[in-house]
Amino acid sequence: MRKTIYQYVYSHNDEILNEWIELIRKEADERAIQTMSDRMFVKTCAEFVELVISNFSESVEAFHDRAIEFSEKIVRLGWPLTMMTDGLRLFGQIVEEGMKKEGNIDHNSYVDFASEINNWIFPMYKTITQAYTTSWERTVSLQKIALQELTAPFIPIFDKISVMPLIGTIDTERAKQIMENLLEGVVSHRAEVVLIDITGVPVVDTMVAHHIIQAAEAVRLVGAKCTIVGIRPEIAQTIVNLGINLEDVTTTSTLKKGVEQALTLTSRKIVEVQE
Amino acid sequence: MMDSSVKIINEWDIVAARQLGRNVAKELGFGTVDQARITTAISELARNIYLYAGQGEITIEKIENEAKKGIIIISRDAGPGISDLRKVMEDGFSTSGGLGAGLPGVKRLMDEFSIESDPRKGTLIQSVKWLR
Repeated sequence: MRKTIYQYVYSHNDEILNEWIELIRKEADERAIQTMSDRMFVKTCAEFVELVISNFSESVEAFHDRAIEFSEKIVRLGWPLTMMTDGLRLFGQIVEEGMKKEGNIDHNSYVDFASEINNWIFPMYKTITQAYTTSWERTVSLQKIALQELTAPFIPIFDKISVMPLIGTIDTERAKQIMENLLEGVVSHRAEVVLIDITGVPVVDTMVAHHIIQAAEAVRLVGAKCTIVGIRPEIAQTIVNLGINLEDVTTTSTLKKGVEQALTLTSRKIVEVQE
Repeated sequence: MMDSSVKIINEWDIVAARQLGRNVAKELGFGTVDQARITTAISELARNIYLYAGQGEITIEKIENEAKKGIIIISRDAGPGISDLRKVMEDGFSTSGGLGAGLPGVKRLMDEFSIESDPRKGTLIQSVKWLR
């Protein structure tokens, strides 16, 4: 039976592909199709069908490698996983109908056919799903690392003065890292004043405020001063509404003012050079 | 009505809830200060779910009565509930070492605030901000 299926699929390659593309276009998520050109779509479809067919002729390992390669590509293109699982289901359906039409399967051989096609398609489901999720997980973990690198840079700008710009949402994990980088930076750069810039923090709720207060307190303990800069007017109002007490922390509205203040604190100033 | 609920299971769901709230507030025409107030209030409520109940749901909807339009934030969880409602509304009261400004803060950030809590059923908080 397996041979019959293989022969059918092999000899009707083009028909199956065309029918498959038509069906997937109808069923698939519109988002997936919109994001790519028509030619690319057809090309990727052809590759998918080729992959499925190669499952007959190639060894398990070779198919596995191929599936991984294809899945990585699909993830890059932003196709959803359902596209691939639906694709497999449709493929089975097309083969079944085609073979019925040709008279390759009748009532007696149907059971045989069904079990054979299941044996063929289910391991493929597994391999493809696994390959897809693995490459997706890899993407996510890489992005996590990339995000971590952006988390909390400690930048010395003058002797004794450093800046730590914070951008984006602060969660528990990040708050921990901010604290670590901050203290390590203060000690290793011998900073006397640190400016924490929160211009890029979208929401300051009690947890974020709590972390900022703790960070400022810790900086004080290692013998430096901490100023929170970049408090936008709407953030100032929400902080007041929340009833958060920031009296023990020095704050300024902009980084520029913070730098000026820090220079004063370290008994320096910037002067214009006379030509 | 678009999908207006966010399930809070991990810390990133707080960001999703906030984003939804910001979008709805923007659509309704709230100014930047009120947008910040609304998103901060959502952040507090969602974080309370995450910290104390483990999981729950934040629902954000547009509401209107004869005179005005506004936004309602509903926070629902099946957590352990709050044993002393009067106490949690006091400034500076916290069981987790935080600032203790969360719930009283939300009340001040928003226009209306109601809380129901049952140790067996969990906590329901509804809060409204009217568009002026």
